[in-house]
Amino acid sequence: MKRTLFLTLVVIAFLGALISTRTGVAGDGRTKSVAPLVKDNPLSNLWSGFYYAKTETKDMQLDDFENPGMLYVEEGEALFNKTAGKADKSCASCHGNVAVSMKEAGARYPVYYPPLKRLINLEQRINLCRSEFQKAERLEYESRELLALTAYVRHQSKGVPVRVKVDGAAEPFFEKGKAFYYQRRGQLDMACSHCHEGNYGKMIRSNQLSQGQANGFPTYRLKWQGLGSLHRRFRGCNKQVRAKPYAFGSENYVNLELYLNWRGGGLEVETPAVRN
Amino acid sequence: MCTPFSGRGKAFAWLPAGLFSVAVLVTPLTFASLLYAADSGDKSREAESSLVSFEIIDNIHSKAIPKSLTGKKGNPKRGEVVMINRKLGNCLACHHLSRFDEKAKALPNKYGDMGEVGPPLDAVAERYDAGQLRLLLVDAKEVFPDTIMPAFYKVKGLHRVLPDYEGKPILEPQDIEDVLSFLLTLK
Ligand code: HEC
Ligand code: HEC
Ligand code: HEC
Repeated sequence: MKRTLFLTLVVIAFLGALISTRTGVAGDGRTKSVAPLVKDNPLSNLWSGFYYAKTETKDMQLDDFENPGMLYVEEGEALFNKTAGKADKSCASCHGNVAVSMKEAGARYPVYYPPLKRLINLEQRINLCRSEFQKAERLEYESRELLALTAYVRHQSKGVPVRVKVDGAAEPFFEKGKAFYYQRRGQLDMACSHCHEGNYGKMIRSNQLSQGQANGFPTYRLKWQGLGSLHRRFRGCNKQVRAKPYAFGSENYVNLELYLNWRGGGLEVETPAVRN
Repeated sequence: MCTPFSGRGKAFAWLPAGLFSVAVLVTPLTFASLLYAADSGDKSREAESSLVSFEIIDNIHSKAIPKSLTGKKGNPKRGEVVMINRKLGNCLACHHLSRFDEKAKALPNKYGDMGEVGPPLDAVAERYDAGQLRLLLVDAKEVFPDTIMPAFYKVKGLHRVLPDYEGKPILEPQDIEDVLSFLLTLK
């Protein structure tokens, strides 16, 4: 009798463990995987790169005082409230209560932008506001100011599940991003999918491969000793297979950015994430 | 070392000199019907390039390159060096080899951090013969079309290769023969 009871408990515990991994509470107790928003996502479970980070790195990200990316967010806040350009306006002049006005943008971008008949990402939206509305100079991609503003804006979406629009006018760009993702490139002849779709969770040298998700960008990388954009990451992942990278903000990368955000649709924005 | 591969540095300029000198040693490619099964539209792809020529024999059950790329025997000691070198074979980025476990502790910079993307290489010579292994090294995609494993001796059909590497294979023909001779000791 006692034995059956014991066995039953063991079975229940086992099933419980099985179910919890199915619903995706990882062994670190701090990471949830989420089911993809759409059925045709090639990934059955989505894991933020957070899950694959070392414990110290996770601690650093979660503590606002220790997260080195938060310095950029604070700089971004100052810039957001400072007037710039001939129009003598600050971002805040038009986007008053950021917690409300900027709550969703970080989870929705890139979007199709009719005047240019292509996609724009958050960095480019910010620069459009600078040139059109503030009559200020565009900020250079990867400049400290643009990173700071982007991090500040996307930080407002922290915790909001990523959800990008890929149909309608965005569709052809989405398809291009997808083709880019699966295109082998470089002397090593690998596509993004070889590392981030077929092998996530496995060690490649000393790195554990993640799903290569975009939900934490701009991200503070310990290796960079600074905050960097998603496009900087793309360039790194291109160059490590000895492929020619594209320019920051190039159409190819923005299309890829849309596709990647679709693959990660449902993951919460983490900006600024901390990674190795 | 964070990236699995980083550029082949100047430090490696001492490696087997030009492909040219090697090419002279090699028999020209013949287009017998045995070669490069009918499906392959790019029969002459290597012949057009600066690479030495080689024949892929495809007898349905097993594809292979039976003949040495250089006509010379490989040196297994040097093969081990090429394999572990992170700018050359970098095989350990993806493969584990138990024989290296001790060395991995003693010399972590060279043998450490063995990856798990590919299958362990233990006893690989019991699974494949020399010709099959040579083909796997030259272009594993001939056997596993979707593989992540790079083709170590191929320059055609690649997309957007960085200028420093354009037209150059990852390994030189004698590197391939040396690595192969090391792999053949794994039984
Ligand atoms: C003069 C008013 C004005 C100023 C100044 C301004 N913006 Fe905008 N911003 C707009 C308008 C209007 C839109 C909507 C544009 C559209 O949809 O075409 C917008 C859109 C945006 C969006 C996209 C929001 C969304 O949900 O799609 C972001 C992000 C943004 N602005 C950031 C900034 C930042 C950062 C600055 C300062 C560098 C700034 N804006 C300065 C008026 C302004
Ligand atoms: C040779 C393997 C390899 C290839 C191919 C590769 N990456 Fe990566 N990528 C890595 C490694 C290693 C990391 C760092 C560890 C991790 O997050 O996987 C990384 C990280 C990333 C990250 C950051 C994830 C995070 O949570 O911060 C993104 C995004 C990414 N890659 C996108 C891509 C895209 C897009 C491509 C194709 C253009 C690509 N990668 C191709 C190896 C690769
Ligand atoms: C980027 C990862 C990667 C690198 C680098 C790599 N391989 Fe592989 N290798 C693989 C994978 C994955 C397979 C399994 C084939 C498949 O299904 O894709 C494989 C298969 C093999 C096999 C066949 C093993 C078997 O049991 O079937 C051999 C032999 C081999 N590799 C040798 C090497 C050697 C030698 C090197 C270095 C010169 C090397 N590999 C570099 C990923 C890699």
